[in-house]
Amino acid sequence: MNTLQIVIVLLRRELMLAMRRRGDVLTVLFFFVIVASLFPLGVGPDPKLLRLMGGGVVWVAALLAAMLSLGRLFASDHADGTLEQLILTPTPPVIWITGKILAHWLVSGVPLILVAPVLGVQFGLSNEALGVLVISLLLGTPVLSLIGAIGAALTLGLRGGGVLVSLLVLPLYIPVLIFGAGAVDGAMSGLGSEAHLSLLGGILILAFMLTPWAVSAALRISIE
Amino acid sequence: MSNFNWYKYSSPATFYGLAGKMIPWFYGVAALLCVAGLYLGLFLAPTDFQQSDAYRIIFIHVPAAWMAMVIYVVMACWAALGLAFNTRLSFMMASALAPTGALMTFISLWTGALWGKPTWGAWWVWDARLTSELILFFLYLGFMALQAAIDDPRRADRAGALIALVGVVNVPIIYFSVRWWNTLHQGASVSVTKSPSMAAIMLAGMLVMALAAWMYAIAAALSRARSIILEREKNSQWVAQMVEGEA
Repeated sequence: MNTLQIVIVLLRRELMLAMRRRGDVLTVLFFFVIVASLFPLGVGPDPKLLRLMGGGVVWVAALLAAMLSLGRLFASDHADGTLEQLILTPTPPVIWITGKILAHWLVSGVPLILVAPVLGVQFGLSNEALGVLVISLLLGTPVLSLIGAIGAALTLGLRGGGVLVSLLVLPLYIPVLIFGAGAVDGAMSGLGSEAHLSLLGGILILAFMLTPWAVSAALRISIE
Repeated sequence: MSNFNWYKYSSPATFYGLAGKMIPWFYGVAALLCVAGLYLGLFLAPTDFQQSDAYRIIFIHVPAAWMAMVIYVVMACWAALGLAFNTRLSFMMASALAPTGALMTFISLWTGALWGKPTWGAWWVWDARLTSELILFFLYLGFMALQAAIDDPRRADRAGALIALVGVVNVPIIYFSVRWWNTLHQGASVSVTKSPSMAAIMLAGMLVMALAAWMYAIAAALSRARSIILEREKNSQWVAQMVEGEA
């Protein structure tokens, strides 16, 4: 099998597993919606304020939702021994790790992107800003899955792993949050969002190149 | 000196003795420098015409902020050495440095707040430097929390080392993103970058205090490394012999 076939086989397996446990996917999605809906209740229903906050709130909610879904990435495969078998295969770990992260993004990132415009409308974002919100999430949520995978791999099988992941991963998510929310802000204020989106794209390329290696090292540390 | 065997001290047993001899010196020099630096800063340096005496907190604040950053980089270097050469002592040094680094970050945040209240009129502003210092504090906490959560010391060492390296790659990215974020959201226009030219004596006091902070950090890290060595090697021969010798 060549590299592409391996990734496709892995993707199909991960997606099938996700389809059989649809509850997990929906939980993360509803968490995202609920967190975003809490903000107006906390700060008041003033439309002007909400319009200012909208992009940032949706992005913070996306960050938290992405973090919440990290537990699924390796934990069940670790529990039933699949992960060890994958490490024993002759395929370089970087390849199947990339495949697994891609599947994780398809299952946990893409639903957020699809729902985000609805939340944006609730916050009164303009049409242009809604478009930028979707593009920024498209560029940013894969980074969340990639960086999060390092945290998930390092905390594999630890007690209190979920809380620990948040402490490890959230500080590293900050640049994505700044540029993602900044892009939406730029679209709302008419300053333009190209610079922010370009930087997000740059971060995505960098993360795509580097994180699979770090995840592979982290998995070896956690499994040996 | 040419045939001096440096590798001898990569063994915890020999390093334990060496560190024990070095620690009093570093603490002593740190105390002397601290007294000298505080004398320069609190008695000899003139009162600032803009900030009056409130500025004097920089003699604590600036060295602590410098150390907070330096220690993270040094910690990552030890972590990289440990992962590359598989030396236990490197990992021990990395985990010995983390609490000192977190302490320095906390001191710089705390003294920054004490300075900000009289000068800016606010305990905290979302300035780029303050925010990145806060994030650095979170990175230290993450490192320590990860090591504390893992029972197996070998895994704890390597997992901590990896997260330190990931952190050090991210620090510049975080720093610049926070800076750009701040310039775009320039609400409370406070400029810390535009520092007034500093009197030579103030600079001297600050540099002496920075050296004192270096010496203190080295001494604290070494004594913490000694405790870690004892804890890890408690079942080994040399520790048993040492304890018997002392008893």
